[in-house]
Amino acid sequence: MTRGAGTWPRYWVTFATIVGKEFRRFTRIWVQTVLPSVITTTLYFLIFGELIGGRIGPMGGLPYLDFIVPGLVLMAVITNAYSNVVSSFYSSKFSRYVEELLVSPAPNWIILAGYVAGGVARGLTVGATVMLVAMLFTRIEVHSPAVTLLVLCMTAVLFSLGGFINAIYANSFDDISIVPTFVLTPLTYLGGVFYSIDLLPGFWQAVSLANPVLYMVNGFRYGLHGVTDIPLGWAFGIILAFIVGLSWFSLSLLRRGVGIKS
Amino acid sequence: MPPALAVTALVKTYRGGLQALKGVDLRVDAGDFFALLGPNGAGKSTLIGIIASLVTKTSGQVRVFGHDLDLDPEAVKSCIGLVPQEFNFNLFLPAGEVVVNQAGYYGIPRREARVRAERYLRQLDLWERRDTEMRRLSGGMKRRLMIARALVHEPRLLILDEPTAGVDIEIRRSMWAFLKELNAQGTTIILTTHYLEEAESLCRNIAIINDGEIAERTSIAALLGRLHTETFVLNLKGRVTELPQLGGFVLNHVDDCTLEVEMNREHTINGLFDALSRNGIEVLSLRNKQNRLERLFLDMVDQNQADARGAP
Repeated sequence: MTRGAGTWPRYWVTFATIVGKEFRRFTRIWVQTVLPSVITTTLYFLIFGELIGGRIGPMGGLPYLDFIVPGLVLMAVITNAYSNVVSSFYSSKFSRYVEELLVSPAPNWIILAGYVAGGVARGLTVGATVMLVAMLFTRIEVHSPAVTLLVLCMTAVLFSLGGFINAIYANSFDDISIVPTFVLTPLTYLGGVFYSIDLLPGFWQAVSLANPVLYMVNGFRYGLHGVTDIPLGWAFGIILAFIVGLSWFSLSLLRRGVGIKS
Repeated sequence: MPPALAVTALVKTYRGGLQALKGVDLRVDAGDFFALLGPNGAGKSTLIGIIASLVTKTSGQVRVFGHDLDLDPEAVKSCIGLVPQEFNFNLFLPAGEVVVNQAGYYGIPRREARVRAERYLRQLDLWERRDTEMRRLSGGMKRRLMIARALVHEPRLLILDEPTAGVDIEIRRSMWAFLKELNAQGTTIILTTHYLEEAESLCRNIAIINDGEIAERTSIAALLGRLHTETFVLNLKGRVTELPQLGGFVLNHVDDCTLEVEMNREHTINGLFDALSRNGIEVLSLRNKQNRLERLFLDMVDQNQADARGAP
């Protein structure tokens, strides 16, 4: 099909409509979407940073509180980007208003991009709020703003895609909590949020390298503090590879109508 | 001008083996008001679902105003507005936002979307409810909202799947008037309904689908012309205890003030009234015992089922 002159502006309007709808959704229910992560991470800063952290001593060359800040911010980004897309897209399937999009001329990649951007918006909103909370506990000087922002955005994109795939396959509201509980939480906790992988024995260090969250946490830690367990190029390469793979898979699910068309 | 809809050899087999459509061919001309009728499970919703891109076809071709669904789905979708049978919107959004968002999905900028949303919400008596969450609207309002949502991108082909189900008579009549006006302005309309009176009063042409196949595709007038007999119910001014003998008319006694008259197409209503007057019977009012289209429809479905049972 050839695309006329008005096609790209039309695509932009469609994309902006989906993103706007998603943004209004999570800001309208901010008590359920933004506040819980802020409270949880405040408790982490208070307990692990202030109370226990003082007794742990430096980690990776940083005070323990400073060491865990990047991981906790990223944990909030991951959880919120994922939750936003999985709950929003599954709700649209459950109540059948996904059909509003399916009957429209919006191409699949715009639908995917819109939902992913919505997830990124929530992830970054909560991540920024958590960062502000962290500044109440410690002084944060950003080592590389470009790396920091890039890692945050790429991580939010990656987990928004994960949430989208989960929503496509989910057949009940129970199904949308399985992956966060049994996959996301272990990956995040074992992704070097609270410790440096240098502390692990050689075998477990090698196992940790298979965890994509490790690359994101370390990339983000480099952006904030200039310290990382992983070479930065590797971190970006791995995140990008996951984004490309999951995007391709999501589009193929949409093209085949898996979970949304009979 | 290409037809509004041209469906060729359309087949849909669901996972599990159920063949919902068995090679449907259907053509709807531009500007038509077209009825698609069939018993439950006949394949109507599957056919509509495929045309609207909600169901994946197994094989066959769908063209809308000359655009092929396989080759140019965006052009096909831009031409179609769908009012589905089931409510399908976010119940927590205000009514106005549902319509404006839908326009956005079609690429209509928000400012223009708001203008159009106001136009259609006013036309369908929903403007005062624009800030009301969908879940707080009545069933009739939700049905009208779905029509406004389907029209906001100004489609050339509007498909309505049971649009007046569960709607009270007054609102149904106002929806009919709205749809007639829309059709008069050039929008092609395809309607499925269980109210056959609705199809008879609105539509010019009709297809009857049964068991995944088009059993009939003709004009409403031609279809009604096949009725050999009609039965009328007469409300009488006085009491009638004994039935008179009227040549050519079969009279049945319902009660002292009500008669049923069965007459074939060779006779006229004028002839009936003349005969009744000669026997001193005065008629207050008259109505069809059964909707004419309903009767034909039931006869046709019965015939098809009999044919299917008799098939080797």
